[in-house]
Amino acid sequence: MRQSLKDREHLLRMLALLVAAIAVFLFVRSIAVPKDYGRFGPFRASALDDIAAMPVVFAGHSACEECHSDVVEARQGSKHTQIHCEICHGPAAAHAADPTASKPARPDGRELCLNCHVINVARPADFPQINPREHGDEGPCTACHPHHHPEP
Amino acid sequence: MEPLLHGVQGFIYPNEIELQWSILIVLYPFITGLVAGAFILASLERVFNVRAVKPTYRLALLTALAFLLIAPLPLQLHLGHPERSLEMFLTPHTTSAMAMFGFMYLWYLLIVLVLEIWLDFRRDIVMMAREKTGAARLFYRVLALGSDNISAESLKLDDKLGRFLTFIGIPSAFLLHGYVGFIFGSIKANPWWSTPLMPIVFLFSAMVSGIALVMLMYMLTSWFRNRPPDMDCLDTIGRYLLYAFIIDFGLEMVDLLHRIYESDESFRTLDFMVRTHLYTSHILIQIILGTILPIGLLAVVQLVQLQESARRTLYAIAGSLTLIGIFAMRWNVVIGGQLFSKSFLGYTTYKMGFATREGVLPALVLMALPFVILWILVKILPPWREE
Repeated sequence: MRQSLKDREHLLRMLALLVAAIAVFLFVRSIAVPKDYGRFGPFRASALDDIAAMPVVFAGHSACEECHSDVVEARQGSKHTQIHCEICHGPAAAHAADPTASKPARPDGRELCLNCHVINVARPADFPQINPREHGDEGPCTACHPHHHPEP
Repeated sequence: MEPLLHGVQGFIYPNEIELQWSILIVLYPFITGLVAGAFILASLERVFNVRAVKPTYRLALLTALAFLLIAPLPLQLHLGHPERSLEMFLTPHTTSAMAMFGFMYLWYLLIVLVLEIWLDFRRDIVMMAREKTGAARLFYRVLALGSDNISAESLKLDDKLGRFLTFIGIPSAFLLHGYVGFIFGSIKANPWWSTPLMPIVFLFSAMVSGIALVMLMYMLTSWFRNRPPDMDCLDTIGRYLLYAFIIDFGLEMVDLLHRIYESDESFRTLDFMVRTHLYTSHILIQIILGTILPIGLLAVVQLVQLQESARRTLYAIAGSLTLIGIFAMRWNVVIGGQLFSKSFLGYTTYKMGFATREGVLPALVLMALPFVILWILVKILPPWREE
């Protein structure tokens, strides 16, 4: 009996090594994986609170429209009414809270338009598209197309 | 984007213009295939009692280990952020085949390969711990886990356990490489990949490439050591390579015939691609040079009585062509599947970099690394010691 145990000794050592490796893995896992991981799905549950605690940066178009009624009027009848203010002007919560503290960005009157209107075969054929090399003479689009109501 | 558009023909969706899966993703199935194939050749001796291939048994195991250690590197290089791969083990995602493969890989590396090599070489490790001095002695003692027991009874136990490990190692090797085919075969949006035959085709091509690699490595190591290779062994390997190759080629032809007969909505697009963009790599290199020619050469050895030196030359040529052919097969699957638009109306071109992160240079380095590791492994654990 003693002899047979001696002949298995090296195998028991290997087994001990494997068990130790698994133990180390489980130990590392217990430290590395956040405690609330997996409560709602494959993510850290408290990440939701972290995100909820982040400052709100967008004001929403109704906040803009409270003061800028002239722009609301200018946009009447344009297809661009479905594109809300902060899509072009950037997040404006800080401006809505204190209009003097910060001013929203005034986007480039050519770059911004080309984001959507540069010619691309993947766009629907009836969508207004231009070839910037041939159209507009490198000038700002807003020279001919009023920025809040660009349709001709 | 502008220069890339020159490689585009017809209509293509914007996200299809640039290939996302590069030559590194070609290397990955190629390398895991070599691992699985080399292991299956090793198991021939152990489980199926094919005594003739015994001279390659230990070399095949070490080859499999050397390549398996490198197998995840192309993926790491392709994805970036290698430290994130640990998350796969810490927070396992049980419904993703790719995520669960991490465990499969670990199981195969540690339980099947390392343990089996350790059991098989244990006698040599203990003997070397007894013979060497200084740091080398300490190294081998640690490798032997401090044990000095190589009694007949203990070696018998090792052999029994090793045989059991090979036994569970075969389905593990099947899973290891079947998975790679499974990943491609289960992408239902891509008609070039989406076929249930994919895992089986990958498995047999893995066997073919692994057997060819071990055969070449055996001839090469014999040549380095100035020993004539055991012709009985080479003939047997050549025969098994031929059998595996015929099954592999048969399966690929079944897949091809089925695609032609089925002629679904993707057929015209894929057919045109094979005749134009993939003509060199698919028809010329994979099928003619890398499959029909080596099968023919191996068949000649079976049918005609040849001198030893002529047989050796034929095996060397057939083995090298086989590896080229299987590499081309991986290339055609991975790259071919991204050359056509899912609209079936256009094609793009694969522009490969040279010294970029996913270029030819890193691919060559990755392909050379397993040979360096094998050289070190052979230095530490000479597989021909018992002769």
